[in-house]
Amino acid sequence: MRRIYLDHSATTPLDREVLEEMKPYFSSKFGNASSLHSFGREASEAVERSREKVAAVLKCKPSEVFFTSGGTEADNWALKGIALVEGRNKHIITSSIEHHAVLHTAQYLEKNGYKVTYLPVDRYGFVNPSDVEDAIKKDTILISVMHANNEIGTIEPLEEIGRIARERGVCFHTDGIQSFCKIPAEVDKLNVDLFSISAHKFYGPKGIGALYIREGTKIEPLLHGGGHERGMRSGTENVPGIVGFGAASELGLKRMEKDSEKMIMLRDRLIKETLKIEDSWLNGHPVKRLPNNAHFCFGLIEGESLILYLDERGIAASTGSACSSKSLEPSHVLLRIGLKHEEAHGSLRLSLGRENTKEEIGHVLEVLPKQVEKLRAISPFKTKKQLASFKSTEED
Amino acid sequence: MYSEKLMKLFRKPHNFGKIKNADGVGKVGNKICGDVMYLYLKVKDNVIKDVKFETFGCAAAIGTSSIITDMIKGKTIEEALKVSKEDIAGELGGLPPIKMHCSLLATEALKAAVKDYKGKKKH
Repeated sequence: MRRIYLDHSATTPLDREVLEEMKPYFSSKFGNASSLHSFGREASEAVERSREKVAAVLKCKPSEVFFTSGGTEADNWALKGIALVEGRNKHIITSSIEHHAVLHTAQYLEKNGYKVTYLPVDRYGFVNPSDVEDAIKKDTILISVMHANNEIGTIEPLEEIGRIARERGVCFHTDGIQSFCKIPAEVDKLNVDLFSISAHKFYGPKGIGALYIREGTKIEPLLHGGGHERGMRSGTENVPGIVGFGAASELGLKRMEKDSEKMIMLRDRLIKETLKIEDSWLNGHPVKRLPNNAHFCFGLIEGESLILYLDERGIAASTGSACSSKSLEPSHVLLRIGLKHEEAHGSLRLSLGRENTKEEIGHVLEVLPKQVEKLRAISPFKTKKQLASFKSTEED
Repeated sequence: MYSEKLMKLFRKPHNFGKIKNADGVGKVGNKICGDVMYLYLKVKDNVIKDVKFETFGCAAAIGTSSIITDMIKGKTIEEALKVSKEDIAGELGGLPPIKMHCSLLATEALKAAVKDYKGKKKH
């Protein structure tokens, strides 16, 4: 069966060119980047070249890039690292639609004596910058708002939020895991002090990421040990991973404009045609969204069933977030943009990649309506009215 | 995550749809949790002659709905009520722990349909 991959927000395939660059660092160039001999030097030189390539995307100094094991570590480090500098009882501001790597870290800090404000969002998923301004208190130490939402693709107004943070002297972190190499992420334009990245979201390897830390930012390390990454992140460098991360960044930067143009075209066709299905709607903002994200809801059906029917036909999609696909709760993001539980259950995220073709999208558009129809035939609810009038029974 | 048998029934569910003039209908579930099941019974001489379902829910909910219809068709009401949620899970070759409540949905739907049938019979 032919397979079509439309779940690039979960992960992407490793680019062949990237793999080729990584290969020697698994075998002949296996040195520990901390070693003084030639084996060590070729590894550490490769690490520094990659640092420059990542910095080129952020338009920052290479010395402001710190490699981590991935996006989750970068998010954890940003929040906990700033919190630890300032001590308990201090205040953190974040949004209510962050990825769980930020949300659960914030909740953990709350449990440990910090105060956290979770800002609401509007129906498109936008954080209102004036809400940020109003939430800042004397003891606010950090603002963390994601660059682009991982489920609905909405791009947040970081420039404005960042300007406010700077004026008020509060450190500003953004989870840029979905945006890096998809839309421009120049840290000086966005006014951010901390930026989280994960390589496998843009054709790099899994298990490697980074945290950008603006020079002068006071932050504690998360991992202590041998003093790698200038004492900020101990642990022997994942050299092949870092090399792959660098190569994917270089390629991503070079291709960003062209790729995003193509994906926007495919995305908009996907949106336009899918919305012809009765009782369907788009989540997130129609324009201010990631070039590769299309996120829908279909009334009267359940998302997991739709994903599995699509999978039966070789189409790989997701309900919203790959991380929580084993949970029964509907997405917190969809509830926060104002959907009811029963509406939020019927969600579908199609996230495009640079290898997707027009022809593939055409095929998906042929298959998708039939699967929605099939599930609606099984559903007891044929109309919104029937769903609304159903009274839930208690289950033991 | 799911057994091959469950996936087979999910792909091609047995006995889905409505029964017009059903002798008993059970409507159970919770739309907030995302699983609702309607079960329709046609009963003659205390034997379940026909049974159909409609379900809004995940693959496990649709699979368990389908299998209970196969398990109770042709049985007397009393025999049918003996089918437990464990029997359903067993028949499917197991359910993930997080989805066990789906098999409960099926037995609850049957109970509600039988109650409806008995209530109608009195009048």
